Order: sequence, then C-alpha cells, then structure tokens
Amino acid sequence: MNRYQKLYKTLIPFKHGCFIPFVILGDPSINTSLKIIDILIESGADGLELGIPFSDPLADGKIIQNANLRAFSSGISIYKCFKMLHDIRKKHKTIPIGLLSYANLIFKFGIKDFYLKCSNMDIDSILIADLPIEESYSFRKYAKICHISPVFICPPDAEQNIIKKIAKYSTGYIYLLSRSGVTGIDNEIIVPPLYLINKLKKITNVPIIQGFGISNTKQIKQIILSGISGIICGSIIIQLIEQYYHDEEKLIQKIKNLSLSLKKATKIIA
Amino acid sequence: MTLLNSYFGKFGGMYVPQILMPALYQLEKTFVSSLKDYQFKQELSNLLKNYAGRPTPLTLCQNLTKGTNTRIYLKREDLLHGGAHKTNQVLGQALLAKKMKKKEIIAETGAGQHGVASALSCALLGLQCRVYMGIKDIKRQQQNVFRMKLMGAKVIPVTSGSGTLKDACNEALRDWSKNYVNAHYMLGTAAGPHPYPTIVKEFQSIIGKEAKKQILAKEHCLPHAIIACIGGGSNAIGIFSSFITDNSVKLIGVEPAGKGIHTKKHGAPLTHGDTGIFFGMKTKIMQTEEGQIQESWSISAGLDFPAVGPEHAWLDSIKRATYVSVTDHEAIHAFQCLSQSEGIIPALECSHALAYALKLMKNDPNKHQVLIVNISGRGDKDIKTVKNFLKNSE
Repeated sequence: MNRYQKLYKTLIPFKHGCFIPFVILGDPSINTSLKIIDILIESGADGLELGIPFSDPLADGKIIQNANLRAFSSGISIYKCFKMLHDIRKKHKTIPIGLLSYANLIFKFGIKDFYLKCSNMDIDSILIADLPIEESYSFRKYAKICHISPVFICPPDAEQNIIKKIAKYSTGYIYLLSRSGVTGIDNEIIVPPLYLINKLKKITNVPIIQGFGISNTKQIKQIILSGISGIICGSIIIQLIEQYYHDEEKLIQKIKNLSLSLKKATKIIA
Repeated sequence: MTLLNSYFGKFGGMYVPQILMPALYQLEKTFVSSLKDYQFKQELSNLLKNYAGRPTPLTLCQNLTKGTNTRIYLKREDLLHGGAHKTNQVLGQALLAKKMKKKEIIAETGAGQHGVASALSCALLGLQCRVYMGIKDIKRQQQNVFRMKLMGAKVIPVTSGSGTLKDACNEALRDWSKNYVNAHYMLGTAAGPHPYPTIVKEFQSIIGKEAKKQILAKEHCLPHAIIACIGGGSNAIGIFSSFITDNSVKLIGVEPAGKGIHTKKHGAPLTHGDTGIFFGMKTKIMQTEEGQIQESWSISAGLDFPAVGPEHAWLDSIKRATYVSVTDHEAIHAFQCLSQSEGIIPALECSHALAYALKLMKNDPNKHQVLIVNISGRGDKDIKTVKNFLKNSE
C-alpha cells in the first residue's frame, strides 16, 4: 500500500477530504521554503504537491510564474531541489509527496535517471503539466519501474476515451481541473460536472483531487460535498509568499492561519 | 489518435496541457477535411491571388553578382500583401477558424509581421484579433504595432521573461487554454504542437511550388541551392518543400548567430542547441544543462526564438538540409548590399539568408552556381534598428 492509499484509508472513515497545498521549491529562498513546508504539514496538510521551478511554466498564471522567478533568484537548481526533498522526506516520513514538473526538465535529466532519483527520495507521485496522456508512454514506463504514481490531469470537458485512459494510468490520484485556463485564484464555486465525477468513480477507485482556482473555504466545502476526495491549493498560498516574503515571521503565521482554515473546510462531513 | 503523423522522425509531438488536446484534434480534423474540400481550396486560392498578390516574382540580382559566375535569384515574398510571407498561411488558418466557427483569433508575434498578417486576415474575414507581443519587441517594432492596431487588432504587451517572442508564445498558449472553445490560436510559424508544423508547411508550400516553376522557366534547370533564414522556420520549410526530394538541390537554413556564437547571445538552436521539449514540441532548443529554456538573441526580432520547427530538426538529423549561422553584423552588411545594389530593402530576417549567399559567392567567384534566396519580408520595419546599429558601430 502506497502513502496515498494509506492516507485515504485514514480519511475515509471520518469522511474527511484531503488538503494538499502546492508550493514551489526554493520560493522565496531555500530555507524559508523548507520552513513553509514544515508549517503547512503542522497546520493540516495531508499531502504535499511541490513544484520544481521551470523557466517557462505555461500551465501557470502570474502568481506561480512569479514564484518560479523568486526561486531562481534564490539560486535554486534541480540538484538543490533534490537536496530539499531529501531533507523534507527525512523529517516527514509518512506524508505523500507529489512533484509537479514540466516535461523538458525530466527529459533533459534523463527520464530513467529522474524517476530513479525520485524513487531514492521516496517521492510518491509525479505530475507533468505539459505532458498529455497521449505523449506519456516513456514517462509512465519508468514511473512504473520506480514505483512512482503517475498523476494525470482530467479536464472538465474530457471525452470518454480520455477519461478511460486517465483513470487507467493515473494511479496516485486523478487531478481534476476545476476549469479551463491556467492556475490562479477564483472566488466562485467551481465544481466540475457531476456526470464526470460519477463516471470517474465508476471506473476507478483512485481518489479524485480537484485543483485550479481554489482559494476559499466555501468552495472547498462545496467541492467535498460533490464527492471529490480532496483539493489542491497553490496560488492562494503562494500569494501570501509574494506579499510577505520580506517578513518571514509574519509570512509563516499567515500561512499557518490559512492552512488551518483550508484544512478545516475539508472536514465538513462529520 | 491523430489523423496525420505527429512526428518528423523523433521530433514533433503534442506536448501541451491535456486541456488543449481536444482543440488540437479539432484543428487537425478541420485541416484534413479542408484539404479535400474543393470550395475551401478555391477560396484560399482566390484570396492568395486577388488579395495577397500571388504569385510573387523571382528576381535575378543584376548588380550584386557582377564579376562572378554566381546567379542569385530572390523569391520576393516581400512583395506579398502585408510585406512578408506570413500572409500565405494566416489566410489558410483564418479560413480554418471560420470553418470551426471560432469568432476570435489569438496570435503571437516577434517582429510584428505575423501580427500584421493576423490582423489583416481578421479584418478581412470578420474575426476578432488579439496579438501577444513582448515588450522588448513592441519597442523595436513600433511601426508594425501601429499597423496591427490600425487594422483593429488588440496588441497585448508581454512583460514576463525576456519580453520577446518566446514569452509571447507562452502567453498565447495560456490564453488559448482558457478560451479554446471560441478562439483559434493562429500560430505564426512551422513549430509548436502537432498539427501546426504540418498546417503551416502546407500553407507556405506555395512559395516552393512557385519558385520551382519559375526557376525552371528562367534557367531550365534546378538551382544549386535554396537559402532561407530560420527563426521558427516557416519561410524556409515553405520554399524547401518543393525541393526536398530533389537531392541535387542543397537546402540551406540560416540561423542568427547574433553577437557571435561564442558570446552566447544568439538564436541558433539547430546548430548550437540540443534536443528538448518546449512550446508543445520535441525539437532542438537552446537550454541550460538543467533544461531551463535559455533566452535567445538576434538583432532581428523575427529570429529571436530559442527553438525551431521540428521538421527542420529532422531534416538536419538526416542531413538532407544544412544549417549554418550568420551574425548580426553580417546580416546588416547584406541588408545594405541589397539595398544599394538592387534597390530592394530586405527584412533583417532574410538578410541573414542573403549574407550566407554572399559568402558562397565570395568564397568561389568563378563557380557557376544558381542560388535562390527567399526574401521572406521587406525591411521597412527594420530601418530604425539598422540605423541605430550603424550609428553605434561608427
């Protein structure tokens, strides 16, 4: 049983949703980034989604683009990311850690070497933002060999054959998109169509986690009520980093408060 | 499953967020059906002839080659409506957009030529147009920005990254991933995710078809070499397309060596980059050892791009085409030579191709050779850039 499966097993009896924060490794600096990750875990994160900074993150909106730039300014590199992941895993042995990357970083590193390295770091899943299921074969092959769960994105308007493939190959969780477009902060309720959620549930037991635009507790409650297993929040957390990175103490407190409230919202079904 | 092969050897593919895949499939399906659609072909052919001004001439350089046995012909895409070869393919894509019932066009532009072509085709066919353009390019191509606005397009400045074409491409894709239901992304070159490289090549192949017919009529033989500049590679693949199976014809693509390859301020991914995944395709790109995309450099905004169309990467890998690079300085020199000797002011992009033709001529003045240089656009837009360059060189 992998860490995701273990996690869901602990949440299901309490009918709790899963809260997965997303941050960029090295934003705003390596040390502060490690502290942010610690506080997220202490404040209720059930899993982590960590982004490896990329120069051209075309699936991301301005907030996450800027986070990538701050990470580069702090001198991050792929090897420093691995060092950070090593430290995080050493400290937090049971939490599922997923990576978000872009195809070229993995391709350049060597697909096989990248997955092996991640396996050595006890990484649980890898999501590649610009890799549709149609181009994923060689990445999936090494993910399987290295016992890392591939995660694929399911758009809200996905066609039948794609839904089936995503359900088949996405083994850690299915990343269900709230909406089209890029990452960002939305205020309206964004629950994908019910038929899609039901369709996915019919053909797979893999949990469905929703991401893109989620920024408040009202949205989270609605999403969990619709039968989705959990949520990923990135931009709303990263916006705090953008606002308060000059004042680390305040930043950590702000992230703690936000994280506690977002996690609390996933517990609506008592 | 795609209807057409999405790869050229190991290059190409569709490396985009999953959300864009249905839009790419829809585009491919419309393209494939349009190629069999007599009415579509007639409409495009009519626009190319009566709106864009095709065929463009093949002009023999009377003065530039004096004292040598080289005959240089220029394929005059600068005389096309809009001032560059870009008009050929935007008319095709605009008709595809209409067929898909899309009301809006998203485009990106570097030198502004694709932006101008997008704007004019949208004005003609009643489509809304928004063009992403890097702030650095907006500054160096103000004339084209004004032309776009005049024709009703909205020009959106891109401040992220290097503020050039690469970043405009990223922003256009971001916009498309949100608005693909109503909007068509009118990609400007033979690059990006499948089916764009194939679509753009098909619509630009008119350049090669005309050039072949014209050179056979004038010289009664095929040329020794075809020379074209390479940014994304659309004018080059367009003129190469009719000669790819003619092995006696050398196909030469010229990339920008910028301030010199050794300075790393260049835009030559084919000759000095390596294989990677960027802008929806697997191709040759300029990247760091860790796979971060590097900023390119060229005095020509239209060539300032760190990747290249996948078919060029393939033609290079099978050694069917040769790719070389020339510096900003050499391109400016060629720009002046053509202006002074033939009264033709070429775009800075194709001045790179011309510079290499001049090298071939000077290296062996006695050699009997027929060269075709694709003059992909006119140089009015570059006057200020050239003036500043010459002033700073004094």
